[in-house]
Amino acid sequence: MRTGSRISPYLYILPALIIVICFRTIPILASFTASFTDYDIGGFHGFTGFSNYERMFTDARFWSSVTNTVFFVLGVVPAGIAIPLVLAMLLRGELRGKAIYRTIYFLPVVTSAVAVSVVWTWLFKPEAGPINGIIIALGGDPLMWLREPRGIFEMMLSPLGIQPEGIFAGPSLALVSLMIVSVWKSIGYNTVLFLAGLENIPNTYYEAARLDGAGKFGTFRHITWPLLSPTTFYVLIMSTIASFQTFALVYVMTPPPGGGPLGTTNVIVFYLFQKAFDRFDIGYASAISVFLFIVLLGLTIFQRRVGERRVHYS
Amino acid sequence: MKGGQILKQAMLLAGGIIMIMPFLWMISTSLEQGGLHNYIEAWNRVPFGTYFLNTLIVTGLTLIGVLITSSLAAYSFGTMEYPGRDVLFMLFLSTMMVPQPVYLAPSYVILAKLGWVDTYLALIVPWTTNVFSIFLLRQHFKTLPKSLFEAARLDGCSRFGYLWRVALPLSKSVIATIMLFNVIGSWNSFMWPLVVTHSEKLRVLQVGLSYFNQEQSSNYQLLMAASTFSILPLLILFLFAQKHLVGSYSRSGIKD
Repeated sequence: MRTGSRISPYLYILPALIIVICFRTIPILASFTASFTDYDIGGFHGFTGFSNYERMFTDARFWSSVTNTVFFVLGVVPAGIAIPLVLAMLLRGELRGKAIYRTIYFLPVVTSAVAVSVVWTWLFKPEAGPINGIIIALGGDPLMWLREPRGIFEMMLSPLGIQPEGIFAGPSLALVSLMIVSVWKSIGYNTVLFLAGLENIPNTYYEAARLDGAGKFGTFRHITWPLLSPTTFYVLIMSTIASFQTFALVYVMTPPPGGGPLGTTNVIVFYLFQKAFDRFDIGYASAISVFLFIVLLGLTIFQRRVGERRVHYS
Repeated sequence: MKGGQILKQAMLLAGGIIMIMPFLWMISTSLEQGGLHNYIEAWNRVPFGTYFLNTLIVTGLTLIGVLITSSLAAYSFGTMEYPGRDVLFMLFLSTMMVPQPVYLAPSYVILAKLGWVDTYLALIVPWTTNVFSIFLLRQHFKTLPKSLFEAARLDGCSRFGYLWRVALPLSKSVIATIMLFNVIGSWNSFMWPLVVTHSEKLRVLQVGLSYFNQEQSSNYQLLMAASTFSILPLLILFLFAQKHLVGSYSRSGIKD
């Protein structure tokens, strides 16, 4: 074989390899390394062991960003599974207007997060926004939405004389507003995934169930839900990972410096961003990055383990 | 049965109204008071022309880069056998496991060291390859029969000639998917350009719109007009390519 043909497979990879190494592999490794250093606007000040991590574990604003992110994930993921699942069940099979529904439901998926945020900021405006307009027209009290720092459980229970505090006050209404937008934006995508999953269930199962006289609910519980579990599981993992990284919505709808009213929409990536690019505290920001990476990796591994036991693969 | 169908349609219609309402509000508010004049006003208030042009340049050049590097790498990974291939492929795939925010800060430091901060290079070069695109194309190249390759070689087709004249023309659908994913990704990209550029002449549409939102926070008509024209190009692309796009999303199960 000629030398040319022996090295040519590598030459084909070379352009992609250079980019991947320079702008993925090296920055990823640098992130781990930088988390053990003091690196700020003045440059590199040497290795400092675990001090960035020690600082992180005692940083109240960091922990509040973790809490906010967990609230966000716990709100967005279940809604982002339940609503698309119902929609996919409704949309399956022959249906008049299917193509129009698909267009409408999918539209927010391809729309930029920034434009979506600008529009929803206006919809949520406390003074003149259309959403409060509807609430007032229906005889309700207008809400502060993106500017409301009070927790939603606190808001619901305080008229009853109960005052939940701390975590029990729940996510702020501002954060819940962001969750609503996030769910709205991802509904179309998850619905498409569920529709594909439903199509993979062989019709024979449904025929057998009908012959056995199973009702609609029984068919769903014993056939659709278990056979759909690989899809459900995939949607669960992907939306958890995506929700953990939410940034653009927070940045545009509750802009810096605050991270929302009283910091209640300050999520991990927003906090990381501020530390890295407002304060240029690269060392500390890298420690937060590593924390984020480990959480996401851990979640993926955990969900995969649980998934292997629970999920039904046909 | 008939009643069931009506209930189904009613639920889907209600859901559809909620989904499309924000867009309708956006358009109707953008036309309040000044009508279409709001669009001209918004366009001229800040240099949206520059932002559009920058986004077009970045999207276009990034796409060309992705198509070249991905075809070459996928061709090598998918059709050739050589030592270290699988290790290299794993190296590529492993970078997909790490989300962008994790390596954002060190990327900035690297760009600063290269002197690329606030240049087109910073906006384009790091995104001129896309591992997921390589993966999609590699999967497709693997399905092409070996006999095809051998026949082409007998006809005097070079290795590169086979990629260019045989393999790529047989991959139009995958290429279209890659193009759609990358155009949408570049057009909507926000965090990266926000970080790596500072000057207004390099500002892309998404960053420009977010600043416009902060400066004009009470001028709803102009904000909604700007949002509308910033969405419009992708909206048109989506309406034309939606069947292929939605199919691609559901087959490959990935976004962004």
